[in-house]
Amino acid sequence: MFTLEEIKRSFLVSVWFVFLTFPIMVIRVDSIEKTVQWRWMNVFWVALGTFVLSFVFRYMMRRKEMKSSDEDEQGDATGRSFLHRWLADPKYRYIVFGSLLAIAIIFPHVFSTYQTSIMTTALMYVVLGLGLNIVVGLAGLLDLGYVAFYAVGAYTYALLHHFFGIGFWVALPAGGLLAALFGILLGIPVLRLRGDYLAIVTLGFGEIIRLVLENWGQFSQGPSGVSNIARPGFFGIEMSLDTALLYIFYLMVIFVIVTIFFVNRLQDSRLGRAWIALREDEIACQAMGIDKMRTKLAAFALGAFWAGIVGVIFAAKTTFISPRSFTFIESAIILSIVVLGGMGSIIGVIFGALILILLPEYLRALSEYRMLAFGAILVCMMVFRPQGIIGSIRRTYTYQNKKKPDTKVS
Amino acid sequence: MLKLENVQSGYGNILAVKGISLEVNKGEIITLIGANGAGKSTTLLTISGIVSCRAGRILLHDEEIHTLGTDEIVKRGICQVPEGRHIFPELTVQENLDMGAFMRNDTKQIKADLDYVFSLFPILEERKNQDGGTLSGGEQQMLAVSRALMAQPKLLLLDEPSMGLAPLIIKQIFEIIRKINEESNTTIFLVEQNANQALQIADRGYVIENGKITITGSAESLLNNQDVQKAYLGL
Repeated sequence: MFTLEEIKRSFLVSVWFVFLTFPIMVIRVDSIEKTVQWRWMNVFWVALGTFVLSFVFRYMMRRKEMKSSDEDEQGDATGRSFLHRWLADPKYRYIVFGSLLAIAIIFPHVFSTYQTSIMTTALMYVVLGLGLNIVVGLAGLLDLGYVAFYAVGAYTYALLHHFFGIGFWVALPAGGLLAALFGILLGIPVLRLRGDYLAIVTLGFGEIIRLVLENWGQFSQGPSGVSNIARPGFFGIEMSLDTALLYIFYLMVIFVIVTIFFVNRLQDSRLGRAWIALREDEIACQAMGIDKMRTKLAAFALGAFWAGIVGVIFAAKTTFISPRSFTFIESAIILSIVVLGGMGSIIGVIFGALILILLPEYLRALSEYRMLAFGAILVCMMVFRPQGIIGSIRRTYTYQNKKKPDTKVS
Repeated sequence: MLKLENVQSGYGNILAVKGISLEVNKGEIITLIGANGAGKSTTLLTISGIVSCRAGRILLHDEEIHTLGTDEIVKRGICQVPEGRHIFPELTVQENLDMGAFMRNDTKQIKADLDYVFSLFPILEERKNQDGGTLSGGEQQMLAVSRALMAQPKLLLLDEPSMGLAPLIIKQIFEIIRKINEESNTTIFLVEQNANQALQIADRGYVIENGKITITGSAESLLNNQDVQKAYLGL
C-alpha cells in the first residue's frame, strides 16, 4: 500500500498545492499599514493537509477499483444498494413512507418557524429537481435554463395578481400550463440539437427570460420586482404570518407527494420508456417507431410544468419576486441536485435536494467556503459515485409462464 | 409490396441517391449491394423516413409513404435494423426487446414473439438481464435483428448485418435471416457489402453504384455476372 511510488506522488501533489496556494495562504499584504506578512507556517500546514488528503484519495480509489472488480464476479444481484432492496419490499416501504409522512406532519410543531420555512424551500427544490429529472435524467436533454420556467410560473402569479387580482388557486394551474407552453416554445427550435449545443441554447433561453423580465419595465416592473403578492388563501380565512407559513408547508408536503406519484407513474409509462430509449439512441428510437419530436416536446413541457407550479408557490411564499431570484446559479443548483442525487432516480433527487438546500443553511458558519466545498463534493461524486448518491434502478418486467405478465420492482 | 420510383435523396448539398427505382415483392429476400458510399444506407434511411425523399415516390401497397413521418412508416409494418447496430446500450436485453414492441399492445402475442426470438437466438435468453452495451458485437447484431422482429414487421430492412463480425457469426446471422423469411413470411430488404453472402440467400439483387442502379437480376444471375464477380465478389 504505502509504496515509495505513492509517497512520491503524494509529495508532488502537496508541493504543487503549496505553489498554487502560496499567494493566498502565505503572503498577506496589509494595505493600511503597508506591511507584508509572510506566514511560513501555512506552507507546512498546506503541505501536510494535501499530502494526507492525497493519500486518502488514492486509498479510496484503490478500494473502489477492488470493489468494482469484486462486483463483476458476483453478478448484479448484490450491486443494488441497500436502500433499493429495502424499498422493494412493500412491507418496509409502507413503514418508511408512513414514518416520513408522520415526520412531515409533526415537523412544524416541533421546530421553529425558521426551520419550517427552510424545509418548505427544500421541498420546493425537491419538486424542481423531480421536474428537471424528467428532462435531464430520463430524456437525457441537458437543460441549463430550467430556471426560466420557474420564473414564468412565479411571474404568472405575481402579474396576474398585480394587474387582475387573480388568486393563488387559479394561478397555480395557469402558471404550470404557461410554463409548459414555454417548454414547448423552447423545445421546437432545439429539437435537432444534442449535447453541448442543446446546453448552450437552453442556457441562452434562461438568460433571455431573465433579461426580458429585468428590462421590460411596464410589464414586469423591471429589476425592482413585484411585491405584495398574496399568500395562498384557504376558503377566505384570514391567517397570521405563522399560520400562513405553516399552511404553505403542508401545501408543499402534499404537493411533493403528488409530484412523486405522478413522476413515478410517468417513469414507468410508455412515454417514460420512450424517453429512456431516446436518451440512449435516437436513430434506433426512430427505427422503433417512436415519434422523436413529440417525445422530446413532451419531456420539455412536463419538466417545465412542475417548475411553473413551484414558481407560483415560490411567489406566494415570499410575497415578493424580482428577476434576481432567477439567475443562472439557480439552474446550476437544480441541475446539481439531479446529478448529485442520481440521474433518473426519484429517491436520489429527493436526497440531493435535501442535502444541497439544507446543508448550506445549517452550515452558515462556513458560508465563505460553500463554493469550495460544493466543487470538492461534485468532483468526489464524479470519481466515486458517478451514478449519484442513489443511482436509478428501472422497474423490470419479467414474463413468466403464466398468462398474466408479472410485474415486480427490483 | 414496396416500390421505389426514381427516388432521390441526400444530405445537404450532396445527393447520395440519384434516382433509384426498385421493387420488393411480398415474401422475397431482396439485396442491394454496392461499394462504400454508393448510397445503399441512404436508400434504406429514405425508405424508413429518417432521411427525407427529395424527388420521386415510395409506395407501400400502392400508398405513398415518402411524405409520412418515421413513426407512421413503422406503424405500416416497415422496420429497420440500422447500420452499426444501434442497440440501447444501457437498457437490458429484455428492455431492448420490449422497445421493439413499443408500437404494439397485444401482450399475449408480444410474449409469443419474445419466445420466438429467444428460440432463434438462445444466447439472448441467457443474457436477457444483461445491459445491451456489454454484449459482444455478434450478440448486439442478434439483438438488433430481434428487436426489429419484435415490431412484427411485414418488411424488414437490414443495413449491413455483417459489419464488423467474424465470418462464422456472419454465416449464422445470414442463416437466421433466411429462417425468418421462411418461417414468418417476412419480406426482407438486405443492404450488404458482403455481396457473396447476401446473394447466396437472396432471391433477387440490385447493384448500386454512385447512387444509381446499374445491374439487376436474380441472385443467381448476379453471382454469375462477370462485372459483379470482378467488382464485388473478388473472383
